[in-house]
Amino acid sequence: MTTLQASSPWRKTAALLARFGLTGRMLVIAVPMLWLLVFFLVPFLVVLKISVADPMIARPPYSPLFVDGSIQATIGNYAYMWEDSLYINAYWSSIKIAFFSTVLALLIGYPMSYYIARSPEPKRSLLLLLIVLPFWTSFLLRVYAWIGILKTKGVLNMLLMKFGLINEPLIIMQTDVAVYIGIVYTYLPFMILPLYANLVKLDDALLEASADLGAGPISTFFRITIPLSLPGIVAGSMLVFIPAIGEFVIPALLGGPDTLMIGKILWTEFFANRDWPVASAVAIAMLLLLVIPIMLLRMAQTKGAET
Amino acid sequence: MAEPSLAADAKPWKDATATPFIRIKNITKKFGDFAAVDDITLDIYKGELFCLLGGSGCGKSTLLRMLAGFETPTSGTIEIDGQDVAKIAAFDRPTNMMFQSYALFPHMTVEKNVIYGLLREGVPKAEAMDRVADMLCLVKLQDFAKRKPLQLSGGQQQRVALARSLIKQPKLLLLDEPLGALDKKLREKTQFELIHIQESLGVTFIVVTHDQEEAMTLSTRIGVMKDGKIVQVGEPPQIYEDPNSKYVADFIGSVNMFEGTVDVAVADTLRIKSPEAGIDLLVEPIEGLKVNQSVSVAIRPERIAVTRHKPEGAANIVEGEVEEVAYLGNLSIYCIKLASGKTLKVTKSNLLHDDVPIKWDEKVFLSWSNAAGIVLTT
Amino acid sequence: MKRGLFLPIVSFLGFVFLYIPIVSLVIFSFNKSKLVTVWGGWSTKWYGELLNDPQILGAAWISLKIGVVSASLATVLGTIAAMVLTRFGKVRGRGLLTGMVTAPLVMPEVITGLSLLLLFVAMEAAFGWPAGRGMVTIIIAHTTFCMAYVAVVVQSRLVDMDDAIEEAASDLGAQPMRVFFDITLPMIAPALISGWLLSFTLSLDDLVIASFVSGPGASTLPMVIFSKVRLGVTPEINALATLIVVVVAIGISISWFFMRKKVKT
Repeated sequence: MTTLQASSPWRKTAALLARFGLTGRMLVIAVPMLWLLVFFLVPFLVVLKISVADPMIARPPYSPLFVDGSIQATIGNYAYMWEDSLYINAYWSSIKIAFFSTVLALLIGYPMSYYIARSPEPKRSLLLLLIVLPFWTSFLLRVYAWIGILKTKGVLNMLLMKFGLINEPLIIMQTDVAVYIGIVYTYLPFMILPLYANLVKLDDALLEASADLGAGPISTFFRITIPLSLPGIVAGSMLVFIPAIGEFVIPALLGGPDTLMIGKILWTEFFANRDWPVASAVAIAMLLLLVIPIMLLRMAQTKGAET
Repeated sequence: MAEPSLAADAKPWKDATATPFIRIKNITKKFGDFAAVDDITLDIYKGELFCLLGGSGCGKSTLLRMLAGFETPTSGTIEIDGQDVAKIAAFDRPTNMMFQSYALFPHMTVEKNVIYGLLREGVPKAEAMDRVADMLCLVKLQDFAKRKPLQLSGGQQQRVALARSLIKQPKLLLLDEPLGALDKKLREKTQFELIHIQESLGVTFIVVTHDQEEAMTLSTRIGVMKDGKIVQVGEPPQIYEDPNSKYVADFIGSVNMFEGTVDVAVADTLRIKSPEAGIDLLVEPIEGLKVNQSVSVAIRPERIAVTRHKPEGAANIVEGEVEEVAYLGNLSIYCIKLASGKTLKVTKSNLLHDDVPIKWDEKVFLSWSNAAGIVLTT
Repeated sequence: MKRGLFLPIVSFLGFVFLYIPIVSLVIFSFNKSKLVTVWGGWSTKWYGELLNDPQILGAAWISLKIGVVSASLATVLGTIAAMVLTRFGKVRGRGLLTGMVTAPLVMPEVITGLSLLLLFVAMEAAFGWPAGRGMVTIIIAHTTFCMAYVAVVVQSRLVDMDDAIEEAASDLGAQPMRVFFDITLPMIAPALISGWLLSFTLSLDDLVIASFVSGPGASTLPMVIFSKVRLGVTPEINALATLIVVVVAIGISISWFFMRKKVKT
């Protein structure tokens, strides 16, 4: 073979590695693998472990899992969550808020996606850019902006009263309504993008064929467009629902003391009550809640990729 | 560099003492349970332009990729110039490949694309530049050295890909559908350029194609592939005139096929009973047939004569009615329905305008010699 | 044509909904009055106060440093992960890696934050590292969730790329590393840039995870903003938001300009 290549530095390195029974491939795989194992997978095991520990006044504030070689696990934290209506209510409330926000985002997002997908270029690219643009500015600041708009003496009430539409200012801030607005506002682009990606692939000929076969626009929409865009609908909905469940910033800034959401509860348990084991149990319970939506998202994404 | 190229009359595959340049022995490639390449054994000689011909999914590309080193055989060995290449990675093999998509490096100029292989080999820059300049002249791209691939036409990109794969003077050049992305006119022109370049450099070529015309034009020999196996290897005329199976006969060109049973051999003709034809078919005798054995008889459309009057002295004569006539310029195609209900396809070259053209619904006689029928048992 | 009007109107209102908060922030950042509803005339005094607020400036500096380091680390790690997932075929642990790469995308931030903090505490107890929490722990946390985004962006680019181009380089005698640096890297460079920018933005914007894994003396910009705005509207923050909008607008315009130039050549 060509002897010239035998001295290349790549080859020397490979030869050196081979002496330790390693290949370059293995090293390359090891880098992201180890990082994620240590900083993603192991932390969950730690959370799981602490969720079955007893709270203690110590540093760290929880009891060890192994004492003298035997496992010291307790389901006390989970039992506590089950018995205290605060946690159950927070669960239901999170599911309710996430669900209705998702429906609202779908109702607004679908026509928008459809409109963008049917727009001619370059208008289409421009509209799409306008959807993505807010991503690049601070999420925290955009949520904060709603305080100025929604509060009792805020922009919205001022305008409505000026035009004589209302006499008394609307109380929106620090209610669930404000939380709905915040979530729909924040996650609308997550709904629009997968829907757009799906709808833009929809062949006009299908709609024309349906019309040609005697279906009216409404019938065509429900029989052709909606079923074909189902993967986009599911993906978009899950991309709104999943982060909404665990949301902290929006209920903390826009919601009131009565707004119950698990993300906020977890934060309070951890930072205010300093009860790490209960916070961990809340986290595990939240994860269980997300298993089905995450699986739905996976299915929609693989299906979307196929078409 | 030029080894004496393969002279038209030198046919090493007919010489039992010649040493094959590439020996593929019992090669199998499985993807899961599916054998993409199934126990292929094949010898290819130096200076050949060998075509692997087959439909999509027949395993021809997988075989090519195993030669290049992109796929590892499940079993079997490949030798190139006497060397087993199993342990040699793609980047060390004495082969180069021209990809179907050309796979030009889009961020490099034509010159940088072509020089890439030489620099990896450690050829000094100055010498490499000279060789690139020569190669670009050979493929008539000397004026395009500084262009990026996307600024070239399809035909020019094809030639860059060819130049890039030839610059290292590989022992073996693998070409995956090299003309597939070109339009028909350009493809015909490029076929001859390819043969010219191959002959002037003396490099052994293995070409994968699904286009039988391309295979016929280019190759010294053709290997017809089906379901991971090579069903027939032969020179183009042999493959066409003497296919060894119904599959090959049907795949290469078009053919009329009759089912029948062996009746009796009389002197220098073999009689085959065929209710489908409505007559007993007379063919040249072949060995190893038993009486009453089921066989097929293949007859090429151009071997059948079509006349208004009953011809004299033809071995096979049958009557029919013209169902379709298609005029293609240089030739016409007739579809003729026999009394048995079977439709035959006949082509007739439009050399002469001496007689009144045969039209639809006319009664005609079809005739062919006993040499025209090819008896096939598989 | 009822449908003809319905779509544009809904879309228009949708875009208004998306942009009203940003527009209102910009307008009120120039309001002399501290009250939202009272227009006290044009003024740039909040910008002055912002630029003289050592707490905000310090936090911004910390956030920028964390953003640059974590975006760079995430780009390297995410690219390697994407390469393994798209180019290495069936390797052991592929399924695990796929799961771990994509999971952070759907993981609620409170869980990621909590779990990483608990890990750091446990690690400190076991090995004495990381000693306390601060910039290093925030960088690790941000790198972990940003690399998922980079991996997704780079992966989709790698999937779109014709494998034959890399095979061609290999066929011409380039070793795997050489193929990566000569061919793959230049071809996926745009994806690396967007991955880096996305990571940088996510890092700069993250409140929840940073709050969990941060320690005394390492308050990021979002943490400072959050503590200020919890108490209500703060005009200084309006000014900060406007500055961010301006920077983003300039950045988008520049990339738009470069993309147009690239299309032309």
